[in-house]
Amino acid sequence: MKATLRGVALAILGVLVMPVSMMGHHGGASFDNTKEVTVKGTVTEWLWANPHCFLKVEEKDASGTARIWNLEFGNPTDITSRGFSRRTFKVGDQITVSVTPVKSGAPVGRARVVTLADGTKL
Amino acid sequence: MRRNVIAVIIGFAALVGSYVAIRAQGPPGGPPPPPLVLSEVKWQPWNNTGLPRLPQTIPNDGPAPRRDLSGQWDSARGGIGARGSRGMPAPLTAWGEAKGKTHKSGDGIRMVDAPDINDPLSTQGDPGGYPRQLLFEMRHVQFFHTQVSVVAAFMWERRYRTIWTDGRALPTDPDPRWYGYSIGRWEDDTNFIVNSNGTDERTWLDNGGNPHSDQLRVEERWHRISQNRLELTVTLDDPKAYTRPWVASDKLQFVKIPDNVDYIEMMNAATEVQAVAAAFKAERELEKQAAPGR
Repeated sequence: MKATLRGVALAILGVLVMPVSMMGHHGGASFDNTKEVTVKGTVTEWLWANPHCFLKVEEKDASGTARIWNLEFGNPTDITSRGFSRRTFKVGDQITVSVTPVKSGAPVGRARVVTLADGTKL
Repeated sequence: MRRNVIAVIIGFAALVGSYVAIRAQGPPGGPPPPPLVLSEVKWQPWNNTGLPRLPQTIPNDGPAPRRDLSGQWDSARGGIGARGSRGMPAPLTAWGEAKGKTHKSGDGIRMVDAPDINDPLSTQGDPGGYPRQLLFEMRHVQFFHTQVSVVAAFMWERRYRTIWTDGRALPTDPDPRWYGYSIGRWEDDTNFIVNSNGTDERTWLDNGGNPHSDQLRVEERWHRISQNRLELTVTLDDPKAYTRPWVASDKLQFVKIPDNVDYIEMMNAATEVQAVAAAFKAERELEKQAAPGR
């Protein structure tokens, strides 16, 4: 009976982790999914690559101190269907991004919606 | 105790139900997507990413042609398999258990933080190999028939496999290959059976890091259901790694796409995956600086 219960419990665990892991190709425990922050700044790098794309954005606070955000995106195929391309960003572009940040407070997060300089939302 | 088991089973059924409901409705909180009408899909001239979901019905779908898989087939993202293979793996042997423990994956029970993943496909740019070709990122396949073979061309990694239909047997002592050795036969007019061996132990079965040995034998059943529908079932038999054969993909659905649809290029190039791995490590450093005790 104990073995049966253990088997059922493992099956439940499998189902519980399934929807979360469907969302990406690695764990998301470090992200604070209850928070959304807005990052406004200048593009310094756009990495268009499998299995994930990355965007670096330099943001300055009120005192003029700069820090660079590292923003994660999905794979090129999936974000192409949302309107992104290898040429969406170039260094120097001014953009605004809504971001799911990590819990640690580091300038790291997952991009949600990007607003380009011309107002286009992706 | 019996009552406990029943309660656990009911809870499990509820979880499965809610999961299926979420999957059917799209993103949580959003409206359910409208039914997809295949004939109304707007294909772009270049770089199509595939169907977002399967059509519930296909009007005027005709009967399956006799012994014919030719054309382009799209699984509507059903074959991405990000959490690992679609079926529940059979229990591992001691060898399989030890092999699996060396795999640090991006999904499933072996999932680790992104900088610690050691998947040879997504961190080194190795070929995904076979049968992972069927169990991960299986978004699209195109079949071509010749007099002596069926050739399968995959969107993912832009790989092709030759399935020999000229009556030869599988090699008895194969030199391992990334994509193994395959022969095919028609069981009847609509079921094409592919048997394969000679796989390379360096490859993983899926994104969950399920292992396999060079003793793996694979059976693919491609069932042409109708003019526009196809399904794939994959059964694995690897006595060195698993205690019994198991179904790794159960009736994965595909629909037929016009022959002139151009698909996007999707592959794990070595320089790119290494850049991604470096980006993940850079993120970890930033997190350590923000919270040194983590």
